[in-house]
Amino acid sequence: MYNFEFKQPKTISEALAALKSDEAQILAGGQTLIPTMKQRLASPSSLVSLSAISEIKGICKNDDGSISIGGGTTHTDVATNSNIFPGLVTLAENIGDAAVRNRGTIGGSLANNDPAACYPAAALSTGATIITNAREISAHDFFLGMFETALDEGEIILSVRFPLPLLSAYQKFIQPASRFAIVGVFLSKFDDETRVAVTGASEGGVYRWNEAEVALTEDFSEGSITDLAIDHEGMITDIHASKEYRAHLIRVMTKRAVRMAC
Amino acid sequence: MPDVKMTVNGQEVSGSIESRTLLVDFIRYDLNLTGTHVGCDTGQCGACSIHVDGKLVKSCTMFALEANNCAVSTIEGQANDDGSLNKIQKAFKENHGLQCGFCTPGMVMAAADLLKTNSKPTELEIREHLEGNICRCTGYHNIVKAILAASGQDISRIPVG
Repeated sequence: MYNFEFKQPKTISEALAALKSDEAQILAGGQTLIPTMKQRLASPSSLVSLSAISEIKGICKNDDGSISIGGGTTHTDVATNSNIFPGLVTLAENIGDAAVRNRGTIGGSLANNDPAACYPAAALSTGATIITNAREISAHDFFLGMFETALDEGEIILSVRFPLPLLSAYQKFIQPASRFAIVGVFLSKFDDETRVAVTGASEGGVYRWNEAEVALTEDFSEGSITDLAIDHEGMITDIHASKEYRAHLIRVMTKRAVRMAC
Repeated sequence: MPDVKMTVNGQEVSGSIESRTLLVDFIRYDLNLTGTHVGCDTGQCGACSIHVDGKLVKSCTMFALEANNCAVSTIEGQANDDGSLNKIQKAFKENHGLQCGFCTPGMVMAAADLLKTNSKPTELEIREHLEGNICRCTGYHNIVKAILAASGQDISRIPVG
């Protein structure tokens, strides 16, 4: 890879100042960015590591029951924290492998918005809020398509606030080499509605399966989604799975998630 | 060039390196500790697995500067103080847990990481923890058996691999 200037600020304000330089790039856990730089698909002139900023690490439960997770919190720390609800534990403990989970962060995953990443599904399904140095962005407005988010250049994810669902589950049909989702479904049941977010399947990245949400809000059972049509137009086709197969998997993963949540 | 310092297997080390230097390259080329291997160089195979501040990481997917002021452990630091093999290394030897040996340093480091938090892992837990470590000789069965043995569990019912 090409060389760069490395900066490791200790505070957010130092990081924001460092990010003002031309072609500066945020380095979170590096589990995607470093391989990308090796392939010369990214060649920032300076890298601003967030790893020494303690104020964006950690997990806390808020007075309203929601959970706040610092943007620099690793997947391992999410998977092993007792405040985290079941669907999010399952999700975090199945990202990548043990070594990747020790480096990769929730902020990095959300900011990258890989169409097969797990965290975007949890954020969209639960209706999470992404809190940056500049503003609060609802998950609904955050994900703009494959590798696209509402983040501006140099904007840092400080934390993510997850409302606490009554029931939750995450089911991933795994691509065994990359451990990304061929299809992943995050299910959240709240008092007034059930929400279903699908990752890995669509060319547009993570999305909500509205028909299943309506059906499951009315009747929270596997049977309620058996006959729903799933259009495979716009689904991803690659060597691992055709779009027809991905469309099929969405229903299978959603049913498994319902079973797991109960 | 930026300066970096860390402890590696208990010894303080330092150097001046390019920012792009990967941790594994600092360990292999600056420190001449060549037990940590580079297999895929893409974060998939786990041959470069080491511990940084007690956590299992892939040293090909981390910059050396990110380990500044950290405590690093590599395969060279795993033997007992008298130089004899530690219990994991011994179990790999006794149970034919290696064939060509290329993945072995990473496997031993991943196993040590698992046994730190789970002293009696099940076979499934071992296999799950080794998901990021690939053995291209496909010798997984005996690796799992070796880790069961290293954790003091009965392996007499496990068929010879």
